Amino acid sequence: MKRIAIILLLGTALPALADRVPLPANTPASYPAECSSCHMAYQPALLSANDWRRTMAGLKDHFGTDATVDGPAGQEIASFLERNAGNAGKLGSAGEPPRITQTARFIRKHREIAPRYWNDPRIKSAANCEACHRGAADGNYSEHDILIRELRR
Amino acid sequence: MRALPVLCLMLASVAAQAETAQQIGRTYAAEATARQAGFAPSAKRGETFFHQRFANNDKMPACTSCHTDSPLNGGQHAITGKAIRPLAVVANPERFADLAKVEKWFGRNCKEVIGRDCTPAEKADFVAYMSEVR
Repeated sequence: MKRIAIILLLGTALPALADRVPLPANTPASYPAECSSCHMAYQPALLSANDWRRTMAGLKDHFGTDATVDGPAGQEIASFLERNAGNAGKLGSAGEPPRITQTARFIRKHREIAPRYWNDPRIKSAANCEACHRGAADGNYSEHDILIRELRR
Repeated sequence: MRALPVLCLMLASVAAQAETAQQIGRTYAAEATARQAGFAPSAKRGETFFHQRFANNDKMPACTSCHTDSPLNGGQHAITGKAIRPLAVVANPERFADLAKVEKWFGRNCKEVIGRDCTPAEKADFVAYMSEVR
């Protein structure tokens, strides 16, 4: 009986855990300071180490913007992202330049979203996680906590 | 006696942090004066500059593309949709309080929107407008 209860508990807890991607506790202050003005501070687990390396090497032309981070802060951020990067096998390739939204994981998780939503003025861009995932900055991507009512599960 | 050095340190750290928009504006005005004798910052010119459209970046032709027509309002990044807090000091006291941060964002945004660095005079006018707008 106890075992069944544990299995049931695990069954409900695991899917929720899979949608929790918090920033590591040791995130350096330089990361949000340098990387969360134009977009949210994406959690390092959302890209593989190799894709973070390529992203940081290409900041001079970061999706059309010069987002160079000079000096020690740039090195600190790069090593933080690589150290805490996601599993390359599970994420799949992020393309060139690497985009979180091109990883197999992102595409699979969003396959039920009709294409028109990505241009919806409430959302504006697939890079705007917080338009739908209210708790994205805190690493909460649960499909039950979606701001756009008709997309909520 | 022991309290004295601590007090001095505290005062020094407060002084280092608390740059005001007025101080930052004066820094730019001094730079502008060195290039052009008799320069005086103008919030009115800053306002015109804030609304001016440039032919450099069709996604962000003006400051207002992300910051809206009024610096008293919060804005939204023209590409990513990320929320941006107001630029006017009266609406957001954290603005223009750290010269390094102000320089970083003039550096990035002037290049991105206008396609060149802003001049010290443009920066002085801009800071005057953002400090005075109500």
